[in-house]
Order: sequence, then structure tokens, then C-alpha cells
Amino acid sequence: MNDIWAGLTSAFWLIATGDADLIEITMRSLQVSLSALFIASFIALPLGTWLAIRRFRFRRTAIAVLNAMMGLPPVVVGLIVYLLLSRAGPFGVFGLLFTPTAMIIAQVVIITPLIASITHQAMRDLWAEYHDLLISLNTTPMRRILTLITDGRRALLTAALAGFGRAIGEVGAIMIVGGNIDHATRVLTTAIALETGKGDFALALGLGFVLIGLALSVNLIIHALSRTERRGRW
Amino acid sequence: MVTTVLPVEMRGVSISKGRKSLLGPIDLTLGTSGFTILLGPNGAGKTTLLKALHGLERLDTGTITWSASDTVARTKQAYVFQSPVMLRRSVRANLAYPLSILSYPKDRMDHAIETWAERIGLTDALHRPATRLSGGEKQKLALARALIRDPEILFLDEPCSNLDGRSVKDIEALLQAAHRNGTRIVMATHDLGQARRLATEILFLFNGRIHEEGPAPQTFDAPLTSEFKSFLNGDILV
Repeated sequence: MNDIWAGLTSAFWLIATGDADLIEITMRSLQVSLSALFIASFIALPLGTWLAIRRFRFRRTAIAVLNAMMGLPPVVVGLIVYLLLSRAGPFGVFGLLFTPTAMIIAQVVIITPLIASITHQAMRDLWAEYHDLLISLNTTPMRRILTLITDGRRALLTAALAGFGRAIGEVGAIMIVGGNIDHATRVLTTAIALETGKGDFALALGLGFVLIGLALSVNLIIHALSRTERRGRW
Repeated sequence: MVTTVLPVEMRGVSISKGRKSLLGPIDLTLGTSGFTILLGPNGAGKTTLLKALHGLERLDTGTITWSASDTVARTKQAYVFQSPVMLRRSVRANLAYPLSILSYPKDRMDHAIETWAERIGLTDALHRPATRLSGGEKQKLALARALIRDPEILFLDEPCSNLDGRSVKDIEALLQAAHRNGTRIVMATHDLGQARRLATEILFLFNGRIHEEGPAPQTFDAPLTSEFKSFLNGDILV
């Protein structure tokens, strides 16, 4: 109980004093996770929608694989990305290992299946509702996808926020590919792991509360901007 | 209206699901004008026939031939479902959607939307979510969304089921106006009174086949088949 109280106090002082290190790693956390979210959403939203409306031979297998990939262990993803980006790996020439870009790549791999799978579930129900109408109106496949994405945007927002939640709280993969280098690749989660390892539980908890506050704030801001949960809307 | 896709001919059309035959074999020609009412008990094949004509059902056998290419025919027909499907958008956006597919210019689109909103009495509701309309309003909006692109042929699948008298009257008025303006209408209904009010031609289906076909007054006055006589008498057909 004392540790939790000390953590809360620590979090308060870190924020109240505008701690430079805290601001830096918080901004880096946001930069990495929001970049990963943007890229993953760009891939996963059309992919999930396409899987909902398109019938092809191995569709069930593809959906099963996608759902299974939601449970990808982050450390394994981190290890694979590490091997791909290391000097001896196929993409070593780009020199991306231990950079925020490597952390973004790892997070994209982790959250894309999650966003695509939730998108697929939501779009499948909407497609069942719209199917006959959109066929009847002689729409092209591309227009069907765009219509579903537009009209199912609130469900897609939920999918994206689930992806953000997974990304911002992820530690295993980004620790491996980022290296937790001070002023370079340190983010909130890796800083918490470091401080816990050092035995500074108060600071670790303080950073933890900042992380929770950050995740809540981003969710609330996105909900406010997209005008969900308001009366008189869908 | 210059008709380019009618008449349409069905030849030897049959549809089944698994081992169960749903329709056919059917031979049918729909001419360039008229208000055809499909009558028949539940499971007679009315919806399947409408969906087959509209291209929403895969045919097991037979052909459907329009008087224009299939691509053109697709753009000249519209369908109103028994349960109106509302896009999760405003009333205005629902009316705009089919026009945007046809790449209508904005001024023409705005004019058409305002005209149709007035006809269906939803001018004040243009910015309301369509999913929040009443059942009757939804069906009128679905009908307006179908008619707004000026189809040559309109298919309707029991559009007035579960609606109150006021809404039924409004929808029938819209359909009669569309018919007067030259839209070919093919509609399934259970309601014999409605069939007598609207039809110029009757098709009676039973067990997936056409049992009676002809001009409305004569067909009602002198039915040729025992099944249609029983149906008109309100008997249960099995």
C-alpha cells in the first residue's frame, strides 16, 4: 500500500514539475504507438473489411490464421524483427535496429492482426445487413468496402483503440528491437521495466500511472473528436 | 420514358437450395409497362422470383434475358425489400447514395433529394439518422431511394407488411404515381385488397410455379385454377 501511495505521489510530482525525462519518454511512447496505430489501421481496416465481404477458397483458413495471430507473443515478434533488422539480417542494410522505427515495425506486426480481426467481426455483421442493398444498387467492390468502412466507423474506432491499447502497453518486443536506450528508444513501458529492475518501485509505479493516464486520455480525446456516445446519433 | 431494358424474358428458370426446389421451372415475359402483382401463400416462391429477376439469386437452370446488356439492365432497375435496409447515415445521405453511384452532379442531386424528401414527407427529417425513423417512414425512404434514380423497372417485396393504414396509403400513392410516370412495377404481396387496388396484371405462384397469369380484373373475376380459387376464398393451401 505504501508503494502505491509513493507511486501516486511520484507520478504527481513528475507531472507537476514537468520532468524533462518524463516528457521525452512520454512523447516517444506516443510517437511510436500512434505511428504504429496509423500504419496498422491503414493495413488492417481494409483487410478486415475485405475478408468480411469477399468469398474465396481459403477464406476460413485465412480468418482462423488472422484470429490466431492476435495472440502472437510480443517477445517472439521482437526476436523475429530483431533478426530481420540486425546487421546480418535481410534488412540490416537500413540500420534500423535500436531505433524508434524498429519499435514501430514490431508494434505494427503485433497490432495489425488484432485490428483486422475486430474489424472483420464488426464488418461481417454490417455486411450481412447491407449485402442485398449494396448488390441491388449495383455498387463496385471498392465502393462496398468504402461504404462499410464509413458506416461502420464507430466499430472500427473500437478496433483501432484496442490496437492502441495493445501498442502503448507493449514492452517485450520494443525492449528487444529498441534496446531501451536513454534519450533514443526509451519509452514508458521499458522505463517501468528498468526502474522495477533497479528496485525503484515508486518511480516505476509513477510511470505506470502516467501510462494509464495517457492511454485513458488518448481514448477520451479520440471519442470526443469522433463524436461517439452522443445522443441523437447512431 | 424511353424504355431500353424491357421486355425481360425468363426461360426455364429454376432455383433450389440443397435438395429443395424453391422455384420453377418458370417461363415468363414482363412487358414494357404495367403493374404486376405476385400473389401466393408463404413459401410459394414470390421473393425468390423477384430476387432472381433482380440478379440476387443464382439460377440453377434457365436464362433471364433483358432487352439491353446486363450491365445496362442493372442500372435501370431497383428493389425495395420487405424489411427496409437503412444505411447508417442521415435521411439525406440515404437519398444521395444511389445518385452518387451514378455520378450525379451536385445541383441535380440536391434538387432530386429535396423533391423526394417532400414527396415522402421527410423534408424536416433530412438530417436525422435514417435508422431512427418509424417503420412507415423507413419504408417510404427505401421506396424514395429506389425511385430517385428513375428506374425503368421496380421490384418490391411485400413493402407494406407490418405497416399501419396511413403508411400503406402513402406508399400506394407513391407507387401509383411511379406507375403513371412509366415505371414498370413488379410487387409481391399477401394483401388481396392491395392487389385489387394496384394491379394491372396478376401472377399467382404456388409451390414455386406460376399457376395463374393474366390481366387483373379478369383473373380475379374468373380464376382458372382451383389453387387460385382457393387462395381467393381464403383457404389454406398446402
